[in-house]
Amino acid sequence: MQVQVKLFAFFREGRFIKEDRELANGTTAGEVVDSLDIDREEVGVLMLNSKHCQFETILQDGDVYAIFPVIGGG
Amino acid sequence: MADMIFRVNMSDLSTTLEDVPADWAGHGGRGLTSTIIAAEVPPTCHPLGPNNKLVIAPGLLSGTAAANSGRISCGAKSPLTGTIKESNAGGTSAQALAKMGCKALIIEGEPKDDTWYTLRLTSEGVTIEKEEELIGKGNFAVVDALEKRNTESIGVISIGQCGEMQMASANISIKDPDSHFRSCGRGGLGAVMGSKKIKAIALDAGDNKVEIADIDAFRAANKIFAKALVDHPVSQALGTYGSNVLVNIINESGGFPTRNFTQGQYEDHEQISGETMHDIIVERGGKPKHGCHKGCVIQCSQIYNDAKGKYKTSGMEYESIWGLGADCTVNNLDDIAEMDSIMDDIGIDSIETAVAFAVAMDGGLLDFGDANEMIRILRDEIGKGTPLGRVIGSGAGNVGRTYGVTRVPVVKNQGIPAYDPRAIKGIGITYATSTQGADHTMGYTIATEILAVGGKADPLSKEGQVELSRNLQIATAAIDSTGMCLFIAFAALDDGACLPALIDMLNARFGIALTADDVTNLGMSILKTEHAFNLAAGFTNKDDRLPEFFSLEPIPPHNAVWDFTDDEIDTFWDF
Ligand code: SF4
Repeated sequence: MQVQVKLFAFFREGRFIKEDRELANGTTAGEVVDSLDIDREEVGVLMLNSKHCQFETILQDGDVYAIFPVIGGG
Repeated sequence: MADMIFRVNMSDLSTTLEDVPADWAGHGGRGLTSTIIAAEVPPTCHPLGPNNKLVIAPGLLSGTAAANSGRISCGAKSPLTGTIKESNAGGTSAQALAKMGCKALIIEGEPKDDTWYTLRLTSEGVTIEKEEELIGKGNFAVVDALEKRNTESIGVISIGQCGEMQMASANISIKDPDSHFRSCGRGGLGAVMGSKKIKAIALDAGDNKVEIADIDAFRAANKIFAKALVDHPVSQALGTYGSNVLVNIINESGGFPTRNFTQGQYEDHEQISGETMHDIIVERGGKPKHGCHKGCVIQCSQIYNDAKGKYKTSGMEYESIWGLGADCTVNNLDDIAEMDSIMDDIGIDSIETAVAFAVAMDGGLLDFGDANEMIRILRDEIGKGTPLGRVIGSGAGNVGRTYGVTRVPVVKNQGIPAYDPRAIKGIGITYATSTQGADHTMGYTIATEILAVGGKADPLSKEGQVELSRNLQIATAAIDSTGMCLFIAFAALDDGACLPALIDMLNARFGIALTADDVTNLGMSILKTEHAFNLAAGFTNKDDRLPEFFSLEPIPPHNAVWDFTDDEIDTFWDF
């Protein structure tokens, strides 16, 4: 299945901004984080199709998946 | 030397130094400005008339070595909202006021003629001088001139042309360590200063220092406090990308108001994002990391240069970039920086003005995305006070009424900032119930709803949002009294050592024994004082509502509407 993966802030360094990835059925959000060599501890927010999700969430074909480090502002 | 109240009466041009009344001693910053206004300003007075007062106060810890403690609070009855108002900013003035022993500066009365004045404050008190040279000038020229008249290190609080013309969005500008500006932006307090015919206030603290009751305990607590701030990952991201790091995440969440609040995502978000801004700054030899006052260890501000590498502006915040960018669909950071710089100079709130422009675009006055026309209007209409300039410079509500627009995002006539309350519902409760009109900083539920700092809440659900907003509004009122920048809240929400260290610093500074409960009670009592002022000014619970269009127009991509009932909103005040 195809999932669009988007990275933000310093997660982009040495990686990418946006990429369509071919993933095995049943891949979880956390497994994508691991495959990108991103430390789960550094992850602040995961969003799937503009809604918050968890490391355990199973991705579906056509999903848009965004990975943010811990950030803030206001 | 005990702290004093510095009082200036502009009706008879007299000044006095007064002992601090016992009731006011435990207050600083917002708590003090609101307490004084509630005590001395008739709630039904005209905000630009002689009975309103402008109160300026440093926070409780300002002037000390406490990290991030340099916020200054300006308070008055607001000409924009008609409510009580406190607006705070960084810069060097809070530290100067605290060091000279000024607990608060109260400016009352109004000159009977058109003569303008400049105030000069030292530890000895206030002198009032006639001002001619600087009338009609922008803030940059004011700072230049005052530095020449005094010393380069002089603190400056000033108004630009918009404040002189008493526009309802005029801000009060505070000089920063580089002689640029931070703004007490919201609520038109610059117009109140203009109504008192005060163009600028020069602050000379000399060699005075703030006294600390227990310096060893203070230093120990500050060390823990500063470490909690520096270590927190949010602080690190703020130092790299500024608060503008929020563009992409708020956009991703679908709560990024675009095209005057008709969409929740902006197709060109990447072009105005914190990531892009960081790269532009570095490429042009600017500074991505910069503090708005000495002692800030987070440094969310930045120096933004133009394409030729020449200084253009600093301290661009997420909300300004959102407003001029997504809400007006301007996708170019250089255009936004140009507008930010003009607004610093003429002295007008960048949030209110951006929201006003977007409403004007919706009303057909100019095209969405027409940055050149926005720049022209800022410079030649608003800055010069033409009729059109005054219409826009008096805020989004005013533009909506003038051009017959129904989609006007304001609460209590103050423009709604950068987070859509349909898709991020908790912040809608803050907008609705805040004592000061729509203002995200009053209870920043975004931390919990979107950023997962200090717990989690589903932004699309009403569940728990009233309580979340209430707790944050109470905590914020207390933090706004300490002189602390609100960005300490991320560490305070997450790191158990941070808040106790802050309380230890307060205790060591004043030789007192506050507990965490005392701080919560302080926050509650400030909110209640402000709320009581508003009720006495004629506001009711019916004013704690969002504009109708939020219930009628679903916002994509979630197609959410504002769906809190009136009764649900009103439970906010059950404490
Ligand atoms: S974090 Fe930003 S707003 Fe806060 S004190 Fe530092 S530079 Fe100023």
